[in-house]
Amino acid sequence: MLERALTGGERYKRLLGALLLLMALGFAAYLTQWNRGLTITGLSRDVSWGIYIAQFTFLVGVAASAVMVVLPYYLHNVKEFGKITILGEFLAIASVTMCLLFIVVDLGKPMRLLNVLIYPTPNSILFWDMIVLNGYLLLNLLIGWNVLEAERKGTHYPNWVKPLIYISIPWAVSIHTVTAFLYAGLPARDYWLTAIMAARFLASAFCSGPALLIMLSFLVKKYTKFDPGKEAINKLSIIMTYAMFISVFFVGLEFFTAFYSNIPEHTAALKYLFVGLDGHYNLVPISWLFAILAIAGVVLLLHPDIRKNDNMLLAAAACVFFSMYIEKGIGLIVAGFIPNPLDQVREYAPSLPEMMIAIGIWATGFFVLTVLYKIAVSVKEEVGT
Amino acid sequence: METGRRTFLKIGGACALGLGALRMADAFGKTEEPKFVLNVQGLTAKRWAMAIDMKKCWEKGPQGCTECILACHTTHNVPDIGTRKEEIKWIWEAKYENVFPGQQSGMEPEAIREKPFMLLCNHCTNAPCVRVCPTQATFKRADGITMMDFHRCIGCRYCMAGCPYGARSFNFRDPRPYIKTELNPTFPTRDRGVVEKCNFCEERLTAGKIPACVEACKCKALSFGDLEDPNSDVRRALASQFSLRRKPELGTEPGVYYII
Amino acid sequence: MKIYDGKYIFIGLIIFVALATFPVWFTHGRAAPAPEPKIDTPVIAKMLNKQCVLPKDEMITEHMKLLNDWRTLVVRDGKRMYVASDGKTYEMSLQNECMKCHSNKSQFCDQCHNYAGLQKDADPYCWNCHIAPKEPENKQQGEWRENGSVPAHHFSLFSGFGKESR
Repeated sequence: MLERALTGGERYKRLLGALLLLMALGFAAYLTQWNRGLTITGLSRDVSWGIYIAQFTFLVGVAASAVMVVLPYYLHNVKEFGKITILGEFLAIASVTMCLLFIVVDLGKPMRLLNVLIYPTPNSILFWDMIVLNGYLLLNLLIGWNVLEAERKGTHYPNWVKPLIYISIPWAVSIHTVTAFLYAGLPARDYWLTAIMAARFLASAFCSGPALLIMLSFLVKKYTKFDPGKEAINKLSIIMTYAMFISVFFVGLEFFTAFYSNIPEHTAALKYLFVGLDGHYNLVPISWLFAILAIAGVVLLLHPDIRKNDNMLLAAAACVFFSMYIEKGIGLIVAGFIPNPLDQVREYAPSLPEMMIAIGIWATGFFVLTVLYKIAVSVKEEVGT
Repeated sequence: METGRRTFLKIGGACALGLGALRMADAFGKTEEPKFVLNVQGLTAKRWAMAIDMKKCWEKGPQGCTECILACHTTHNVPDIGTRKEEIKWIWEAKYENVFPGQQSGMEPEAIREKPFMLLCNHCTNAPCVRVCPTQATFKRADGITMMDFHRCIGCRYCMAGCPYGARSFNFRDPRPYIKTELNPTFPTRDRGVVEKCNFCEERLTAGKIPACVEACKCKALSFGDLEDPNSDVRRALASQFSLRRKPELGTEPGVYYII
Repeated sequence: MKIYDGKYIFIGLIIFVALATFPVWFTHGRAAPAPEPKIDTPVIAKMLNKQCVLPKDEMITEHMKLLNDWRTLVVRDGKRMYVASDGKTYEMSLQNECMKCHSNKSQFCDQCHNYAGLQKDADPYCWNCHIAPKEPENKQQGEWRENGSVPAHHFSLFSGFGKESR
């Protein structure tokens, strides 16, 4: 089926070309990091994790969102999702690929990364994260590929795929639970030390994933002959709505615990994000952008009539996606380190090479996504669904 | 020759097993171990700890004295990167409000509020950095030292995120050109991409010497010894005066005590 | 017989053969001399019985494994004294024990390592951290050998770690 990625229209080739260019630029920037070390980034002794880990954290959520279409379809026979499950699974593959790439570029000694396998450390959550992320990648590759192949041949997928599908559902929940555990168990970082961290991850995954899926479905419908179906989009938008409400509610819960108790350790990071701390306010504008986008998303999604309007739905999906990107990506990770354990505010801003590498990895993910979607769409167009 | 796929796979599996058997037998059969003895002159303890009496430093020491920092950083070839962003420090000074955040009332005597305190890795019993390290590159030794294995570190910096005391530094760039002190040829430098921190001078302890900072302090403000030995320097220092540890509510059981 | 796209095939084939045989024709006539590790250091000269930790042949084949085992014992197990088969004890330290006798790294370790094309900054990268003993200026040959040949590692595509800062 891979050969279907090698043929395509002008637009397809130009998209791949543009993505390849971004990938090349990112790779060139990574070579400078390879030769000189992480000094080229904006990371510091105080904020030792930045946009690489922030993108990884957010993308784990996007990857898990495949379960939002797989679960209803395979467990509860929601037939409307029949055409869209492959898009969800392929999105998961592209997302997990990006996650793994972001982790590798963040390492100080990437050539030693096999040490995590050679010296397994069950007490370290990073060890489990490596297992669940790679496992999820493998699961989606096997499931997505075999189901699509069977569709192309006009048969039912082989029986051994069914148990894998069932496993992938709790496994999807596990990938962002484990990723949340990376943060939620550290006594050093008060902003992260909240019991609802995993719940927040789940909620934001279940709204940002479908949001991206909705946007991608519209693109697919516009540029190809494949239509995922109005009902599927509608159901996705309902899931996105409820998940967004819960996400925003959870953020509100954090605010309550922090500011009603008024314990300085709890309020410090939120103050830094939204009003600035000790005269430092680098992240204040982007935090308020998150707030505005989140409220806009909620408002747009409230009334079903607005949701049913395609343009409004796309706008809402964009608001949801980007607001969650800010909150779970940059906001969560960077503010976890501010103030530092000595109660000092040391700010972080990504450097240009760091951003180029991040963009290069996003381009790689979208490249993988484009190729996989091209294959999926070609097969579905041929089969005539 | 007519043979089915299954037969082929079965024969192939048997061959692979046969070919691998000799290597496996060899690996299990190997019993040669390098022979070693423990260094008889080395210092041993059940739990190494340190007590810092800053009053001795302020009252008896010269203004702006940083002998302990100099001794440590020279002994271990710690570089001076020159930027706060990438600085590497094994022992350093900070003010009371930073050493004990959340403890300050504003009513402390001026000396305590303004004068420097020395900070270093606390070698916690329940070290969060050890808990989170994915390769056990940082691990607890039986004598209480939280040790770094620079050979195994992959530079993921999870330990830095986990340390509640800001004791760890990362080598963002190759440190060698930035070693401003005289190179100590008996101790290695580190490489770019690994995390480092105070190691309680374990290489000196094994040679029968006390940590460099303790030795260098002319005011004897730093006491070092076995916390489980009632006659050690550190226990005697702690027995007579009130002491604090940093962030005790986190349950890390730090091994560095501050005599106030 | 018509070969379709024959032009492209033959051009491609010629380029491939040229690239595949590159190591042969590029270094033709510049055979590097066999490595001669020298043990004429002041410390070894004073030794009556010139004995290393292990017998010479064993050291040649096993020294990396020995160093790896030593590394684990010293760093992870805290054990530092090694008892050789002849009863002598050594401190398990590359920098402080091995290099005490073999203080001429460029004439000893590097001789074979450079010949084998082991890149300075990759394998073995012990010396990125472990401090090599200082050698007198005139004795240090540097990378260029007397017959004008250059060790293979100079032709690496990716210059490896830390080149910028050296």
